Parts: sequence; C-alpha cells; structure tokens
Amino acid sequence: MLFGFEWDLSSPLAFALSILPILLIGMWVTIQAAVLGFAVALVLGLVWAVLKAARSRFIAWPASVVTEFIRDTPLLVQLFFLYYVLPEYGIVLPAFMTGALALGIQYSAYTSEVYRAGLEAVAKDQHEAARALNLSAARTFTHIVVPQAVPRIVPAMGNYLVSIMKDVPVLSVVTVLEMLNVAKIVGDRTFDYLVPLSMVGGLYLIMTLVASAGVRLLDGWLPKQGIPLK
Amino acid sequence: MSDPIIKFDKVVKRFGDLTVLDALDFEVMRGEKVSIIGPSGSGKSTVLRILMTLEGIDGGLVTVGGEPLWHEPGPDGLRPASEAHLRKMRAQLGMVFQQFNLFPHMTVLRNITEAPVKVLGLSKADAKLRAEELLERVGLADQAQKYPHQLSGGQQQRVGIARALAMRPSILLFDEPTSALDPELVGEVLNVIGQLAEEHDLTMLLVTHEMRFAREISDRVCFFDQGQIREEGTPEELFSDPNEDRTREFLKAVLD
Ligand SMILES: Nc1ncnc2c1ncn2[C@@H]1O[C@H](COP(=O)(O)OP(=O)(O)O)[C@@H](O)[C@H]1O
Ligand SMILES: [Mg+2]
Repeated sequence: MLFGFEWDLSSPLAFALSILPILLIGMWVTIQAAVLGFAVALVLGLVWAVLKAARSRFIAWPASVVTEFIRDTPLLVQLFFLYYVLPEYGIVLPAFMTGALALGIQYSAYTSEVYRAGLEAVAKDQHEAARALNLSAARTFTHIVVPQAVPRIVPAMGNYLVSIMKDVPVLSVVTVLEMLNVAKIVGDRTFDYLVPLSMVGGLYLIMTLVASAGVRLLDGWLPKQGIPLK
Repeated sequence: MSDPIIKFDKVVKRFGDLTVLDALDFEVMRGEKVSIIGPSGSGKSTVLRILMTLEGIDGGLVTVGGEPLWHEPGPDGLRPASEAHLRKMRAQLGMVFQQFNLFPHMTVLRNITEAPVKVLGLSKADAKLRAEELLERVGLADQAQKYPHQLSGGQQQRVGIARALAMRPSILLFDEPTSALDPELVGEVLNVIGQLAEEHDLTMLLVTHEMRFAREISDRVCFFDQGQIREEGTPEELFSDPNEDRTREFLKAVLD
C-alpha cells in the first residue's frame, strides 16, 4: 500500500491499474517540480542575462563566471549543495523546494543564453531606426526589442520545459517522491519492477509529447514579426 | 544661405585599422539638396551615419546648425557629447534607410506615431492626424492599419519617409533609399523624394546610384572616392563635364 492505494497482484493488468493512481500522484509531483523549477529558471535566467549585458565588467564578468560554472557542473552537485550545505547555514527547505530550486538554478544558465540570443537577434537595424527617431533606450527595449525577441525566445524556452521534466527524477536522491521514485518504491515492495517502470516510461512519453505539442502549437500561434502593438 | 547647416571639419573616422574618412571637409547649406555618389565602400553611408549619430568620429569636428554634434562645451573647451546633447541634436535630423528599417510588429500608423507621441510629446490624436496627412502625401492613405510585411518594398520605403518626416526634421538623410527595391518600384519612391526636394526649407542629403534622378533634383552633387570628396559641382558640371578621371570612370561604369 502506498498513498492509501492497495495493489492487486492477481494479473499484470490488474496490477498496472491498481498502481496507476499511485504513479499519477508521483507524476503530479513531477509536474509541479518541473513547473516550479522552470519558473525559477525563467526569472533567474533573465537576471543573469541582464547582468551579463551590463556595461560594467565588474558586473558582467562575475555573472558570466557563475552561469558558466552552473552550466559545467552536474545538476546533482547543485542539488547536494543546496540540500546539505544550506541547512548548515540555518536555511532548511523542504526536499521538494530544494529540488525545484536546484532545477531552476541549473536551467537558469541555459535560459539566460536563450534570452541573450533572442535579444541579440533583434537586428541592429531596429536599434538604429529607434535611435534615429530619438526613442529612449528604455522605450526601445520595451517596445521595439522585447516584442520582437519574445517569438524567438518562447519556443526555445518550451524545449527547456520538456528537458527539465526529464531531469526531475534526479530529485529522488533527496527523497522527493516524484514519479520514478514512487515507481521504485512500488517495485521494492512488490518485487515487480517491470510494470511500474514501464508505466513510468509510458507516462513520461505522454507528458513530453503533450508538452512538445504545446510548444509547437504556441510557436505556430506566435506572430513571426513580433508581438503586435496596438 | 550663407552659413552651412552641416559642416565636416577635418573629420576622421576609422574602423579598426581602416581609415574610412581621412580629414574630410564637407559643407551643406540650409535648404540645399545635395546628392552623394561614388563607388561602394567610399564612405558615403558613414557620412550620413555620423550625422544621424549612429557612428562616432575619431577626429575633427562636425557641426549641425552651428553647434558641434559629437562634442559639447565643457569647462576646458570641447568634450565628447553626452547622450543628452546627442538627443537634442538628433531632433534636427531624420534618416531614411536602405532597408527601410520599419518596426515589423507595429502597424504603419503606429510606426509613424510612436516617436512623435513618445519623443515629441504629441497627443495620440494629434500624432494620428499628422501621420494621416503624411500618408496622404506619400500616397498610402488607405494603408494605415496594415503591417509592414503586408506592403510592397516601395510602399514600405514610403512609410519610412513618412515616419522620418513625422518628426519634422530640418535635415533629411537618405541612404540609397531605392537600392533594395525591385526596379518597377523605384519610381514611386523617387516621386515622393522629388516632391520633398521642392520644399525650400528642407535640407536633403541623398546617397544614391540613381544618376538621372540626382541630376534632376540636386543643387549640388558630390563624388566620393576613398573617403574624400574627389569632385563636386552642380549636376550640369559634374555629369556633363567632369574634371577628374576617377569621376569620368565612375560615371561611365554606372551609366552603361
Ligand atoms: N561597422 C563597421 N565596421 C567595420 N568596417 C566598416 C563598418 N562600417 C563600414 N565599414 C567599412 O567602411 C568603409 C566605408 O563604408 P560605407 O560608408 O558604408 O561605404 P559606402 O556607403 O560608400 O558603400 C567600407 O570599407 C566598409 O567596409
Ligand atoms: Mg552605403
């Protein structure tokens, strides 16, 4: 029994059906961790991108070093760091929060690159036209650059949402009960790993297909010329 | 017409090791219509871009309306211009780009009204009125709600002209305004520029390869070669009876 659901070992099908609610609970945790981590990555990535674009080298350089460091170290290292080191300094977060934060930090290094590339892809022409019209730097950024960068940024971000989902099982090492961890516990207790693990594979396939389709839909729906301003 | 509205005084411009303008002297009088011709890479665009404050200078002095453009008075003489000074100076100039450079995510109307509202502080209604008058003038009165990608290149460039005019510049810079256009669309843009050339007060600086057009509308034509004005004169003088071999060669090459 797990989460109040009994398993039925009479046949593989009955077993599969009986543990489906258990795995769905795990899947819900996976989705939450991915979405929360993604949200952190979106915000933190933007912070890095802005810092890296700073005129002052004393700001831009450390930001580059930090993001490079994050990118070049495994997610597990960041996770252990947060999980074991933070409590030494009196910061105790629930395992789920720690895990989502680690995911967010890891992916912020990637999303910062997406922001940077998206903003830089807005042609120099556009900056020059805005300058020739004497538009302020702030107005140029918010009303000329950003609306044209968003359609380039969104699809790439969507792909990171999909890969963040696939990284959530790493959180099982700090006891987060995401889908794979739940399946493993079911296997440990029933001595049948094949059915729960196959189901995890299938559910992952569904999740990533749905997310990818969503990204593609969004991409097709976004105006290629930039977000129209009325 | 005695004092120049634009003056380049021994202006030097380098890109790395490449000296594009080497002590260029150049003057334009108020209301004058000047065409700049010359081979590719001779520094024609650079001259316009320096005036539009898109490129800085490495030496010499540029003045616009008698005031230094890239410098401002400081306690010990001239110092490099601040952004505030550049903003003030820029208000006198407008530019029409070879690739139009319209804002693709804004309607034609919004392309034209954005800067008058945000920079000049016009009300939206006044800016719209001004834009509609200009669209009428460039023959696009019925296209205000379209987006740039829904227009032909010739129409886009006419919007580009209207957008620049909406800021009421006293100097209008054209950088090869018809070079990116299909041949059959060149005429409609030249017509609009030709009408502007009738305006007495507007100073126009036109970089172009349209020799016949330059001949028709210009008060003066300058032949640029290797960052220098190799030869200048009235269209008659320059086109019919050039003094320099380089000018003759260039004209022969482009007119054939
Ligand atoms: N941003 C830049 N960086 C380096 N070289 C440049 C840049 N802009 C222009 N140049 C060079 O300066 C020279 C003059 O350019 P330009 O003024 O555009 O010539 P034109 O408009 O007469 O064809 C060319 O050799 C060009 O390659
Ligand atoms: Mg040029």
